[in-house]
This record gives sequence, C-alpha cells and structure tokens, in this order.
Amino acid sequence: MSPIKPTGGFIPRDRNWQPDALTPPYKTSVKRSPQAALLSFPTTLSEETSPVFGHNILGELDNDLILNYAKPGESAIGPRIIVHGRVLDENGRGVPGALVEFWQANAGGRYRHKKEAYQAALDPNFGGCGRTITAEDGSYEFRTIQPGPYPWPNGMNDWRPAHIHFSVFGHGFAQRLITQMYFDGDPHIKLCPIVGVLKSQEAVDALTALLDMNRTVPMDSRAYKFDMVLRGRRQTYFENRKEGL
Amino acid sequence: MTQRLDYLKESPSQTAGPYVHIGCTPNFTGIEIYGGDLGTSMKTGPVKGEEITIKGVVYDGTGTPLRDAMIEIWQPDAAGLFASANETRGQADPNFTGWGRSPGDMNTGEFTFETVKPGAVPFPDGRMQAPHITVWIVARGINLGLHTRIYFADETEANAADPILTRIEHQNRIPTLLAEKSADGSYRFDIHLQGPKETIFFDI
Repeated sequence: MSPIKPTGGFIPRDRNWQPDALTPPYKTSVKRSPQAALLSFPTTLSEETSPVFGHNILGELDNDLILNYAKPGESAIGPRIIVHGRVLDENGRGVPGALVEFWQANAGGRYRHKKEAYQAALDPNFGGCGRTITAEDGSYEFRTIQPGPYPWPNGMNDWRPAHIHFSVFGHGFAQRLITQMYFDGDPHIKLCPIVGVLKSQEAVDALTALLDMNRTVPMDSRAYKFDMVLRGRRQTYFENRKEGL
Repeated sequence: MTQRLDYLKESPSQTAGPYVHIGCTPNFTGIEIYGGDLGTSMKTGPVKGEEITIKGVVYDGTGTPLRDAMIEIWQPDAAGLFASANETRGQADPNFTGWGRSPGDMNTGEFTFETVKPGAVPFPDGRMQAPHITVWIVARGINLGLHTRIYFADETEANAADPILTRIEHQNRIPTLLAEKSADGSYRFDIHLQGPKETIFFDI
C-alpha cells in the first residue's frame, strides 16, 4: 500500500500558538485588530488551491541581495551571510515549489523606502529584497548581508532586533504566511514589543536562526539556518463522511 | 513517558511591518528589480467570462485608510476552476492567473483589481458556494494575516443558499462581505479592521 497522502482540508490554525490580533505593547495593533470573533470554517477549494510560481520567473541574482541591486563590479556593504533552510508542512514534509520572498534593512539598519526616517546611511548597492522558490525537498538558500538593528516609533526607545522578513507561498492559500527571522544571541530579541506578541519562548525560538558553521563558505560568508513550517493537510484515508452527517 | 506526536508547529506569524512593499512589490517602492511586481496583472491574454474591477480601501478602527497594507486575492476563473496544481476538476482559463496582489495607492490606500467574476466552487459536502474571492490582508500592526472573502451583492440567490453565509450568526454583518456595484461600474469592497462596520474575518 502506498503511503497515505494528506489531501484533506488544512489542519486548523492553532490560535493558542499564533499571536493574538490585539497586543497593546505593539501600539499599531490596537486600532488594526479585529474585535469580533473570527468565523471558523473548514477549508474549501478556495483555500486548498493556490497559484503556481515556476522557477522561470526567477532571475539569476534574485536570491543574492549582495549583488542584485549593486552596480557592476560592486557589492553591498556589511557582514556577508548565507541564509538557508527548508519550508516544511506540519506533517514534516518538504514543500517544493514554494515562493519565498524576503526583505530587510541594510547593515546600518536602514530600509530603502521613502517613509524611512532613520539617519543611518543608505547603501547605494543594497536594495534589500530578494526571492527564491524551494527545491523538491523544500530547501531554499539566499545570500545577503546581515541587517542591523534599528529604532522605531512605538515606545520612547524601542529598537528592533536585527531581522529578515519572510513571505511564504505554499500550495494552498490557507498556508499563506508572513514572518520574521531573528539572529541567535541578539539582546534586542528579549526587549522587542513585536517579538513580544509571541506567546511562548518556544515560539520565539522557532523564529531564531542559529549560526550554521557547516554551511559557511570559508573566507567568504557565514551561514544561518532558518526552517519555516506551513500548515499541513489532514490525512484522508478514512475520510468519506460528508460534512454534517 | 507516553509517545509523542511528531507534528511540527506552524511558524509563528509576525507582522509584515511598514515595508512589506519592499519585499513583495519592490517596483512599486522604486526598487526596480525582477522585471515587474508579481500579481500586478491577473490576465495574461483574452479571458473568458465577465471582466470586472474591484476597488476598496482598508480602514483602521479610527476610519483612517491603511497605506502600508498589502492585499492579495485568489479566485477561480469564470467557470469556477482554479489555475492551481491542486485543481483536479478541469483546466482553468489559461489566460487567467486567479491571483492578484496590490500595495494600494501610495496616497489614498485604495486597491484595485482587474479580474473576472468568479464561477461557483463546491463546498466540501458538494453543495455549491456562492461566487466569491478569497482575500488576505497584511500590514504593520497586523500580527497574523487576515483572511476574508468578497461575495457579490448582485448574487442574491446564490448568497441565500451559500453554506457559509447561511451559517453566520450575526446576519446583519453579512453586508461587510458583499461587493456592491458603484456608479462607475466597478465593484466596491471596503475592509474595516474594527469598529461598527468591522468586516467578518475568517479562521479558515
């Protein structure tokens, strides 16, 4: 008998694990958080399908933030790092063909955005965004510079830990996820009101990448490993009962 | 010690922050890269069905438009088929992607999707759902992306029989899910994150 393929609806999202909408220490959430109860329903085809992103959309430098905005012969300034890992589902299976997009501040903690007000210098050779698509085993990799921490208007003196934003597109719209990767050892992790919306140390740890010496390129780049987990689908071997019966 | 379930936990969500546009629609922010932003156009050629425009604004609890949100929509073609690897019921319109992504207007926050009126798609029990579009909203201050749906006010019969709409406890909130035709022929679908007109958001 072949292995049971999870092709049922998506496993409900664990709302006791995911952050709440209203988290007052993160002030912007106060007026942007729905207050009515969410409408809970099993996923339908509308959430169990999603667009397909082919590897053909990718340019050669899309996963290289050191070079993808740099003038020819130049490169972005800052500690050179490789970020790699796998996109998995809750059943532990690799998610192939997932679109992974990432964006970040430069080494000084400055974003390339006209609303950005931090005085740290822009790096003319750093755009701050990249993307890739996961391989058959769900693995991905990109090269960048390590972003810097930066201050942000919330409390009088709040600083974000160094982080990289991730947007992940799996095989179902229900899996759509945006999150952030932090760097092991950053003292700002414990102080940040945005990290503070996470409900447990386990959740913080799940977003904290470790230095991965095995993947460093000697004399070139250090490496951090960051796995991401998307919602999984239920197994359906015995599922033949129509809903409501 | 008992056995342990070896499922993984979904990665915790974190806000998309104020600069989601750098990552997902970089060209919109002036970072010219990739040869264009993904999801800008949902049509790659002549499409089947009724072509429609949907416009709206995401408002916070004070009535202020969000100008740093990203809105994504996902829908079937006019025949109810998805352009997805998981679509097993037939071949969707090859000129229609079904997926749109909008950063909203830089000044007003208004998003616009040029799309087609979606066909009906079955519920898991086989009953047909009313035509709808799935919506996902992220922004600074939103800790976990919000799911909702666009239904159409002019699909009265289908809406009245829809397996989800008919099971909503507070029927007076259903209009928050209905796109209405505007004078210019486009559909209007504003999203209210909180307040008396708070949109129904889905845990789905």
